Amino acid sequence: MYEAVVIGASAGGMRALQTVLSGLRSEFPLSVAIVQHVSPSADSYLAEYLDGKCALTVKEAEDKEAMAPGTAYVAPPGYHLLVEKDRSLSLSVDARVNFSCPSIDVLFESAAEAFGRGLIGIVLTGANADGSAGLKSIRARGGLAIVQDPATAEAAFMPRAALETAGADHVAALEEIPALLEKCVSLNEGGAHGAKANG
Amino acid sequence: MMEENEREDLEIDLLLEGIRRRYGYDFSNYSHASLKRRLAQLRDRAGLARYTAMLDRVLHDERFFDELLMQMSITVTEMFRDPGFYRAVRDEVVPILKTFPFVKIWHAGCATGEEVYSMAMLLHEEDFLDRVRIYATDFNKHALDAAEKGIYPLEKAQAYAANYQAFGGKGDFADYYTTAYDRVKIKDFLREKVTFSYHNLVTDGVFGEMNLICCRNVLIYFDRTLQERVFRLFTQSLRHGGFLCLGNKESLNFSGIKPLFETADARQRIFKKTGELEHV
Ligand SMILES: C[S@@+](CC[C@H](N)C(=O)[O-])C[C@H]1O[C@@H](n2cnc3c(N)ncnc32)[C@H](O)[C@@H]1O
Repeated sequence: MYEAVVIGASAGGMRALQTVLSGLRSEFPLSVAIVQHVSPSADSYLAEYLDGKCALTVKEAEDKEAMAPGTAYVAPPGYHLLVEKDRSLSLSVDARVNFSCPSIDVLFESAAEAFGRGLIGIVLTGANADGSAGLKSIRARGGLAIVQDPATAEAAFMPRAALETAGADHVAALEEIPALLEKCVSLNEGGAHGAKANG
Repeated sequence: MMEENEREDLEIDLLLEGIRRRYGYDFSNYSHASLKRRLAQLRDRAGLARYTAMLDRVLHDERFFDELLMQMSITVTEMFRDPGFYRAVRDEVVPILKTFPFVKIWHAGCATGEEVYSMAMLLHEEDFLDRVRIYATDFNKHALDAAEKGIYPLEKAQAYAANYQAFGGKGDFADYYTTAYDRVKIKDFLREKVTFSYHNLVTDGVFGEMNLICCRNVLIYFDRTLQERVFRLFTQSLRHGGFLCLGNKESLNFSGIKPLFETADARQRIFKKTGELEHV
């Protein structure tokens, strides 16, 4: 059973996130958590912007908020976003990880622990290697990994690094990712956990 | 069979229990995900394979415990971090505080003191510092020492100057410190307004009769149970009409004390105490 999706993006991520999220219906039954690299002093514009463009509810993550289905939570600028065992969200202002705060690895590693096999991790466009180690943890705990096809990414470095470090169950163009996610969900409804077999 | 995850969590529970009984520090109600991350870093740095190996080490080696304590206390901070917050204190809160002959301010979780000196500078610029006493507390003794000395790397001061500009400071930031080589020292007229002391929010009690409590980016490290304890502690430590200032991503929304406060500035997370806890 898939329970949640975590997405990491950096350079070019705004457009990429919009493509992926706007392809999901408002009743999409999983929770989504997102780290997009931004400057720590940026305002909270990203969540509002995406919310306006997507059927899914998109909001900035609040500390100790429970993750709800059909909702995407965006890490606030300047805070790491983590998932707790009870599937609530925590924020922290720890030192930067991979020169980033929020860091994709921090989200992915904590979510991997919380959801194990129930997690889908997605690495999108970006110009640094954040997310690679996190995606590796997701796979090590039985979760599913999707990486944007570097050939289609605005910045290929991040998806390429993820593929090198962690590999992936699916390498896909942005436009294909919503359908992939829906397929995972339909497998949920069928009770199987076999999306990997099709990778 | 027990999954690796569950076994690790059991090990961490035992480690925290050992720390609590041996040293009196209770981390069991810290947010688990980031706590685990920090423990894992220390474990790897110390070259230990397991959390139970850390337990053994921590029980018999006080220096290792000290290192662990430092690792558990994240002292990331800045002067005039969130410039809009300081502007709101200056423009909305200080005018009300000025109606009192004398005012007490508590910075809980002050780390290395940057936030405290920012507040002192702001109050100085409002010609109010002479009527204020600032109490600054933390449970990290090394951070408190650094805070009391008020010495910071020059390059950080340069970054803080940019925050000060964004805040809209009325003076010249460089007037608040003296420079020697690659470091700056906060001037005495600011330092002598602050009393630094040890206070652990998990175990220590009320810190009385405050007009303003500033506790920013500390509560995010606590779970809801511990947050609630600390919120009650703050409520009891505040005078009626006093102000509670939280970090930009912290709120009273999930707390039982919410009805005892009105919102003074929603965006900057400033709340005004209008009710009392019932004494049981
Ligand atoms: C991220 S810093 C926040 C510093 C500053 N308030 C700011 O916002 O820039 C968190 C601080 O909380 C302190 N802290 C954590 N647990 C505490 C406790 N139980 N009692 C007192 N202070 C604590 C840490 O030592 C650290 O200095």
